[in-house]
Amino acid sequence: MEINSENIRHLAELSDFALSEKEIESLGGDLKNIIKYISELDELDTDGVEPTYQVFEMENVWRPDEIVSQDATREDLLKLTQNEKDNQIKVPRVL
Amino acid sequence: MKTANKTVTATMLVKDALQKAKHFAEYNIFTFLNEEGALKKAAEIDARIARGEEVGKLAGVPYALKDNFLSPEGQTTASAHILEGYVSPVTATVVEKLESEGAIMIGRTNLDAFAHGSSTENSYFGPTHNAHDFERVAGGSSGGSAVAVALDIVEFATGTDTGGSIRQPASFNGVYGLKPTYGANSRYGVVAMASSLDCIGFSTKTPDDMDLLMSITAGQDPKDMTTLPDFYNIAAPPTRTVTRIGVIKDFDNDAVDAEIREALSRKCELLKSKGYEIVELDMPALKYALAAYYIIQPAEVASNLSRYDGVRYGFRSERAQDLEGLYNNTRGEGFMPENKRRIMIGNFVLSSGFYDAYFLKAAKARTLIVQEYAEAFQKCDFILTPVSPNPAFKLGEKVNDPVAMYLEDLMSVSLNLAGVPGLAVPAGKTRDGRSLGLQLVGPRRSDKSLIEFAKELQDENDL
Repeated sequence: MEINSENIRHLAELSDFALSEKEIESLGGDLKNIIKYISELDELDTDGVEPTYQVFEMENVWRPDEIVSQDATREDLLKLTQNEKDNQIKVPRVL
Repeated sequence: MKTANKTVTATMLVKDALQKAKHFAEYNIFTFLNEEGALKKAAEIDARIARGEEVGKLAGVPYALKDNFLSPEGQTTASAHILEGYVSPVTATVVEKLESEGAIMIGRTNLDAFAHGSSTENSYFGPTHNAHDFERVAGGSSGGSAVAVALDIVEFATGTDTGGSIRQPASFNGVYGLKPTYGANSRYGVVAMASSLDCIGFSTKTPDDMDLLMSITAGQDPKDMTTLPDFYNIAAPPTRTVTRIGVIKDFDNDAVDAEIREALSRKCELLKSKGYEIVELDMPALKYALAAYYIIQPAEVASNLSRYDGVRYGFRSERAQDLEGLYNNTRGEGFMPENKRRIMIGNFVLSSGFYDAYFLKAAKARTLIVQEYAEAFQKCDFILTPVSPNPAFKLGEKVNDPVAMYLEDLMSVSLNLAGVPGLAVPAGKTRDGRSLGLQLVGPRRSDKSLIEFAKELQDENDL
């Protein structure tokens, strides 16, 4: 893929970042080099090979349908935010 | 390791560790020193010892915690701006297990932010310096942990290894570093990087210490459904009779520093003289492990790091006008450049139109790598390889060239893709005094045997 400032902006959008013009330029150069490197994988013949997504070797790990103790209470978690109001987390306007 | 008793108290051990930590402050090893908390715990342990109580296998032993392990003592920052101010209400399972045996955390160690890096230079708090050469990198991402052990500040330190992050800094600083079998230790309460690759392990001064720590932490955790039933402490652990050591042909090439190749041949000669058979292995897919890793890992990173939005915890940007702006500015200001590169690459390889060519292709390559290891372990008991292509490099040398930095992970990432354990052992020094390391690789669940094998060679490991 041709990496240009337009698709860098698109990837930044997918990633939920605000990027400065300077960052778009420097990250663009880096991403181009990284993509060039990972594209070397093309050389490897993977015809007929099934993909592997995990190496845990276990499936369907069952446990009783009971809640495993959650260490943190609602109050503990609300304390972590800087903007709590009425037992809820305050954010800027949505629309 | 030295545990506390009535004459050498936990308070003495902790004070000594804290004093050493301060003495080496310029190495930038710690993101937080747990002075108050550690001394309080030491006093409690001393009181229990005075009452004649059994405290545990790690009674009063000072240790360092990589700053991506959650515990309420100090902020858990993962050396990232975006987690600034985050004091966790939960405690990682591994931390709970260590402390229930009496270990005392004296500080949190520096890492590449979110463990993204191979030098501990990508930290919001600045780089950690190598234990034996101040101008050089500590390795990474568990750089602070390896240096804390190498400088003898603590008896051991925790680490995380997604693609070499325990083993490479261990080898850069002349200590032992274990990346266990995937699922051996619980990941609960550890900041997630790439969930199918992340492993929890340790830096230690001896293989005996590693053995002790694994015997304490290994096993199933109801809070992490990807932990394996304890295979480490079962009555007859699957120890192997080791007779054949494999070396990988392709690794002995120009990509690897000459002194590391010499260290590898020295070790092979030593093993031969002790009666071991050296088996040459052909593992052609390993050449592609690094490219596959730098597709799979960023894809998982992009997903795991999507939770940092500035709403519920950590840093929140002040510049936002609306919710979308809050996310964008918080993440834009809160992540380091390397975090951004990995998230963007991850979203690229997962996006429609590129998924098949990159992510799916890498997942298929992973199958071939798993198969190559399985075949290799039909021909030999353990594999001996370099940990990294180079010994510790200069601070600043590679930090502006992401691909050059990624290439430092050439020999370490394939273990994570295959889920097999690897133990970095010291292997002497370069002519200019830098630490060298080699790694012993075994089949899944052979962690105990790997450590036993390193014990057997202990006196000659650092040749």
